[in-house]
Amino acid sequence: MNTSSVPQKVSGDDGNTGHLEELRSDPIGLMQRVRDECGDIGEFRLADKQVVLLSGAEANSAFFRASEEELDQAAAYPFMKPIFGEGVVFDASAERRGEMLKNQSLRDKFMRGHAEKIASEVERMVANWDEEGEINLLEFFAELTIYTSTACLIGQKFREELDVRFAELFHGLEQGTDALAFVDPYMDIESFRARDASRAGLVVLIEEIMDKRLAAPTPDKEDMDLLDVMLSVRNADGALRFSAHEVTGMFISLIFAGHHTTAGTASWTLIELLRHPDLMNSVNAELDELFADGSEVSYQALREIPLLESCLKESLRLHPPLILLLRLALEEFEVEGVNIDAGKLVGVSLSVSNRLPEAFVDPDVYDPYRYMEPRRDDIENPWSWIPFGAGRHRCIGANFAMMQLKAICSVLLQDWTFELSQPPESYRNDHARMVVQLAQPCSVKYRRRVRVPQEAGV
Amino acid sequence: MAEPVGLQVEINLEFCQGHGVCESEAPEVFRVNDDRQVELIDSAPGEDQRAAIELAVKYCPTRALRIIQG
Repeated sequence: MNTSSVPQKVSGDDGNTGHLEELRSDPIGLMQRVRDECGDIGEFRLADKQVVLLSGAEANSAFFRASEEELDQAAAYPFMKPIFGEGVVFDASAERRGEMLKNQSLRDKFMRGHAEKIASEVERMVANWDEEGEINLLEFFAELTIYTSTACLIGQKFREELDVRFAELFHGLEQGTDALAFVDPYMDIESFRARDASRAGLVVLIEEIMDKRLAAPTPDKEDMDLLDVMLSVRNADGALRFSAHEVTGMFISLIFAGHHTTAGTASWTLIELLRHPDLMNSVNAELDELFADGSEVSYQALREIPLLESCLKESLRLHPPLILLLRLALEEFEVEGVNIDAGKLVGVSLSVSNRLPEAFVDPDVYDPYRYMEPRRDDIENPWSWIPFGAGRHRCIGANFAMMQLKAICSVLLQDWTFELSQPPESYRNDHARMVVQLAQPCSVKYRRRVRVPQEAGV
Repeated sequence: MAEPVGLQVEINLEFCQGHGVCESEAPEVFRVNDDRQVELIDSAPGEDQRAAIELAVKYCPTRALRIIQG
């Protein structure tokens, strides 16, 4: 009988910073080895921090079911604090996230408005495309998703004040998520310097926008966006309650979670469809039929687009934009009879879970039909199919994200055909940062789509 | 066997995050309360609500709903 024991340690500790260098170069290899060697519960080391990595449905469910008092999020991501900024709420408590959902724009009743904005932002991005050309997927989707997320989450007025500079600076922030932050998030290295310079650049841009707003007459209440609201909050002496530094921090935290994640998933869906031409044809046929009645993309994005949705899910399964979720054990925590001491980090790997052969037939094969009746791999495996996390901690933006991805893909695939510019297997993710993004080069060619005219309706 | 009085819907409050999709799909059956949790306005909705409830179950972003009878 296995009574309570301690987590087994995985091989490969380099005797210096443990597995930190491996996490920075091949995190998925490391996490898969933990499962292969240790099973559901195994331990690796990042400098002076022990990380207990869980996998498998049972261990994952213990992780996702834990309370905030047992497993804390905020302390587990040291690389995020310099990005959001000192004194700016990092990861709000479950209660506060709930408040945001209650008051803010992620609720279902706002989705129709969001869908229209997203479709229109895609149209604007492609408006200056030639008849044919080439785009860099990382740059294209990173810019697009800055516009969509600011338009939906902050306000159209703020979005209109942005240009590509905002997206470029934001990318600099994301590149500052090196796992070296587990040793010291302020270490003197190039990516951290660039991160801090990017954040300072964003503060300057936002301060300019704030100054412009302050010089203009106060807008009517119904014309206010989130920035106007923040500018209207004053101290007793009339001074602004929120500095440009704080506003920037709050906007970064609003945008961050939905940015590289959505951009990456849109990119990977396009890449996978181009790798599987039969699927691309089927998705095109599905879209052509749905839109044959002349309905708007923004309307359809809220409805069912079964095959496209399944392709999005499959892209999320094989290329999850977050590969490792972390918490800090605040008290002793037991999983499957193994004791995890307070003070250790506890992790769940999305990349490993999403490919468990126990849960998914042919786990490495891109097969969107696994989500169709009667298989429904995502619903049958709620603790293993976890690109959005699971249970009470499930991503509150998941619904918004899926709607946004459907809208983006619908607009692009309706009007354009694409072609890989590189060998199909050359597209890959860059795992050198905790924020996973496409590695360069990652270009595709586009060409305006010529549709065979539909027969006139009767 | 007793005659069923209507549809029975099971809510998993561990999963519910209060998105309000069910409220949009079936406003006569579901309501998201001030604690951001879904509750049933109608605990035994009639057959006329079936289609709406099925959509709510299907589109619930956290899969917190299930029809258990009817």
